[in-house]
Amino acid sequence: MSDTLLKVEDLKIGARIYPPGEKPRNIDIVHGVSFELEKGKVLGLIGESGAGKSTIGLASMAYGRGGVEITGGKVWVNGREILGTNLRDLRKLRGTEVTYVSQSAAASFNPAKKIMEQVIEASLHQGKFSKKEAEARAVELFTKLGLPDPENIGNRYPHQVSGGQLQRCMTALALCPEPDLVVFDEPTTALDVTTQIDVLMAIKDAIRDTGVAALYITHDLAVVAQVSDEIMVLRMGDMVEHGTTDQIINHPVEEYTRDLVSVRSTQHDGKPPTDNPVLTVENVTARYKGTNFDVLHNVTMELHPGQTLAVVGESGSGKSTTARVITGLLPPREGKIHFDGRDLSPDLEGRSREDLRELQMIYQMADVAMNPRQTVGTIIGRPLEFYFGMKGKEKRARIIELLDEIELGVEFIDRYPAELSGGQKQRVCIARALAAKPKVIICDEVTSALDPLVADGILKLLENLQKIENVAYLFITHDLATVKAIADSIAVMYQGRVVRYGPKAEVLAPPFDDYTDLLLSSVPEMRLGWLEEVVQNRKMESAGN
Amino acid sequence: MHPVLKLVAQRLALSTLLLLAASVLIFAGTTILPGDVAQNILGQSATPESLANLRKELGMDQPATTRYFNWLFGALQGDLGTALTNGRDIVDSLGGRLKNTLFLAFWAAVVAVPLAIFLGLLAVRYRERWPDKLISAVTLASISVPEFLIGYVLMYYVGVKLGWAPTVSTIYDSMSLGEKLSAIALPVTVLTMVVLAHMMRMTRAAILNVMQSAYIETAELKGLTSFQVIARHAFPNAIAPVVNVVMLNLAYLVVGVVVVEVVFVYPGMGQYLVDHVAKRDVPVVQACGLIFAAVYIGLNMVADIVSILANPRLRHPK
Amino acid sequence: MMRIPPAALIGLFFTGLYFFVAVFAPLIAPYSMTEIVGDVWEPSSSEHWLGTDNIGRDLLTRMIYGGRTTIFIATAATILSFTLGSILGFTAAVVGGWVDQVMSRFVDLIMSIPTLIFALVVLSVMPVTLFILILVMGLLDSTRVYRLARAVAVDINVMDFVEAAKLRGEGRRWVIFREILPNALSPLVAEMGLRFIFAVLFVSTLSFLGLGVQPPNADWGGIVKENKDGIVYGIPAALVPAVAIATLAISVNLVADWVLNRTTSLKGGRG
Repeated sequence: MSDTLLKVEDLKIGARIYPPGEKPRNIDIVHGVSFELEKGKVLGLIGESGAGKSTIGLASMAYGRGGVEITGGKVWVNGREILGTNLRDLRKLRGTEVTYVSQSAAASFNPAKKIMEQVIEASLHQGKFSKKEAEARAVELFTKLGLPDPENIGNRYPHQVSGGQLQRCMTALALCPEPDLVVFDEPTTALDVTTQIDVLMAIKDAIRDTGVAALYITHDLAVVAQVSDEIMVLRMGDMVEHGTTDQIINHPVEEYTRDLVSVRSTQHDGKPPTDNPVLTVENVTARYKGTNFDVLHNVTMELHPGQTLAVVGESGSGKSTTARVITGLLPPREGKIHFDGRDLSPDLEGRSREDLRELQMIYQMADVAMNPRQTVGTIIGRPLEFYFGMKGKEKRARIIELLDEIELGVEFIDRYPAELSGGQKQRVCIARALAAKPKVIICDEVTSALDPLVADGILKLLENLQKIENVAYLFITHDLATVKAIADSIAVMYQGRVVRYGPKAEVLAPPFDDYTDLLLSSVPEMRLGWLEEVVQNRKMESAGN
Repeated sequence: MHPVLKLVAQRLALSTLLLLAASVLIFAGTTILPGDVAQNILGQSATPESLANLRKELGMDQPATTRYFNWLFGALQGDLGTALTNGRDIVDSLGGRLKNTLFLAFWAAVVAVPLAIFLGLLAVRYRERWPDKLISAVTLASISVPEFLIGYVLMYYVGVKLGWAPTVSTIYDSMSLGEKLSAIALPVTVLTMVVLAHMMRMTRAAILNVMQSAYIETAELKGLTSFQVIARHAFPNAIAPVVNVVMLNLAYLVVGVVVVEVVFVYPGMGQYLVDHVAKRDVPVVQACGLIFAAVYIGLNMVADIVSILANPRLRHPK
Repeated sequence: MMRIPPAALIGLFFTGLYFFVAVFAPLIAPYSMTEIVGDVWEPSSSEHWLGTDNIGRDLLTRMIYGGRTTIFIATAATILSFTLGSILGFTAAVVGGWVDQVMSRFVDLIMSIPTLIFALVVLSVMPVTLFILILVMGLLDSTRVYRLARAVAVDINVMDFVEAAKLRGEGRRWVIFREILPNALSPLVAEMGLRFIFAVLFVSTLSFLGLGVQPPNADWGGIVKENKDGIVYGIPAALVPAVAIATLAISVNLVADWVLNRTTSLKGGRG
């Protein structure tokens, strides 16, 4: 018992929700979860959205966010039961014994106060250190976390440092009062992959050096595998499996865990390019209206019939802008778009209905890509009506056929988007694109808003449809695992330029240019010790620094 | 130049421009529209000669632009012309009345602003509980009745039935401050009720917005007390929106004054304006309209400038 | 199945009742509008439920006809402000560019002068007729509708489903009427309720100041003006319109709140 820092027993958490037009009711979020954490150990909590992982993390500080309430069970910290204690004792616990790092440091720092003031606030308030001591410790932590100019960065305001840096400041904030336990709630999820890796390494080093225990919450199993000693898998508020990191990653017992471990391992053998590309982007340079700098520089790429070209890059790389140029939403300053042997008009107005039909698009946020006032039948039926003049029975029959292709039943035809799950919404968007019988579909981050298993299902569906319909995909993504799973050829973009381009096998084989090396190496791999390996072997510093 | 200074200077310039445009609008509204001022003054029975004479006297024979610039330059030099109805200098008549109106508005603000902020905080503290619901019900009721009716309801019950306050708010320069305050007790109450509802609602929304920020959660998880969370973290961020709310509502209050003065026969600008609209005394209407517009635009400008000054992103650029 | 909360039901009932009385006023009112039927300021009795007014006319009759006038002017002004404001607002949002800039800056300018002051300035030179009153109120208020309609349409216009429609090759008509309008309707309808209340308060205020409906006709504001001198003698006749205006305004507010709540729930609920 002496080594046990945190003990959670049969924890039950509920929330009161207020559905519009109905009476408020209570729902259960977590139904009886138990675990223990020893001093200095790191436990990873992993699960999809709605698994209850953040809620459990905050419960270790006896805190419920919004309408969330802890309805049953017990939580001990350092041998003291905390759920029954009064608010005054809880305040002593929060900020000294247990601290918290949130997903969005940008929102979690008070915009009106300097960073230093906020980092040392808890220590001063709890009387742990004098102001001088606390500031010295903060500077020490800034140094340890690899922040630039650690002596002075505390004098800045939160908006004056980058996202990756602020996330490290948040970690310093949590570690400053020398807590026994830190709750990390998706601390790297909002960051670009190449930045994520540095922050991850900084957090890992800091945990090791300070000997603090941690709950590390994330949806990304590969990330949690790098930092934790043990992993607990959660699903819909229940514990699925709990074991050492090695056991969970290498010898998962439960089927759900096995699915999570294998989700990114889908591999796709790239097809060789054919003679005539269906879509060619030729030397395109573009800038947004009212600005005076180019966001795309001389971009060239080809897409072959029935194949997938993945365009990969981080935020700001110009990959979505490329899509806007191809669709005609942003006419290029220079360069051309060839489509199926003809030149496409640079702007939307100049394109024929046939041009538009053959080039369809699927969006990242399926929620806002469908008119909430139209039924699934109307949404899928409109292109049929618009491009092929289908009506009545013929149209309905084709809609049902399309629903079948995306593995949804006839009953969906009269539903509204709000009545569908995230994955179902994205499937309807796919059906809408297919309805036009296009030659090319542009997929803009279509899986990045989805949970990994759902995303996997969408990728498999897209791959099957490609075989049936012989449609080509221009697949825009920041996620290299997705690229490996689906691409035939790859274009890597960085700061508005294509830095590497070719068939998948060539692009993913050494020798690499510096950026591609950084990008490729930054994608978390589902094995132990990956993080250390990568950080040692890198050639280039990440863009987030 | 520091970006904040630049933005503030921009706001000042913009407001000046807006006021200038408003003066054009007010002038045009009384000149271009198809009403005939001379006919209105002299009535239907006026002879063509007397109409022509009056038009000449009013300068109506000159082009509208000339008259506008004459009026504008006059106004800039403190000359707002003479009233048609009694031939007196408008600035002379306005001086005392403007002072009275500002006196009334000032005391209404002194009562309403702290009360609204206090009740707004109360509504946030007891959100979705009965104090909040009561406050929002009263709010709904008070924005559903025009200010003049609130005035008469108070006059009837408090003034007449209970006899607690005078029903007519006459004030003289020779009255002591206490006497003046007692005379304006009812109109101040009415104005307070009128702006209180909006100000409270908006204060509540502004503070709730801040309290729901992630950095408030961070502060709570540092183990700070509720008071420390509010004083150190919520307050610095809530100042700007709350000041904004207050300024917008003071602008609203200035308009409410017009009607309330008529109800309580209070010798202020509003009463003066309404009287002269009925008498179709255009120069007076133009002058009053310009002053009200200036106050309104000015308060809105202050609200904007406060938002700029309070924004840490602008105060401390990258 | 649509469930209407009790507050909205009450609101709907009273709103309906007021409009019914307004439409059928001549059939419902017990006396004629201008007929002198008794003494000055008689208290309420079985013949005169609300008593008589400052020159001995039946107050209930005056209230019924006054309501008719008030509701007619407010409705007409609301329709005008709504049609004009939403058409211009939508156009500004969808067309964008300099058209949007010119219209929006002009609206900013008009809104920089308080509405009541602007109305007083204009009414000081214009003849006060029903038509002018409706025109002035409707035009001034259309600026607010314009701002809302434009803001709502701009928000919807940048949604991916609108982009999808444009990429499909749909014309501007389809985009406005089939994609944007159905999603903008609820906030606009709720706003319509608020604009109507504002119009009721506004016309009452103008009439009270003697610049609205002219005698012998009277709307509710005019009835206050006629009977206000009784207040200091303890005669509450002038307060009767207060009850009428307040109940009408609260009822419409309750309905508008309900419509608006249905909108905000749209994202999660069924259309």
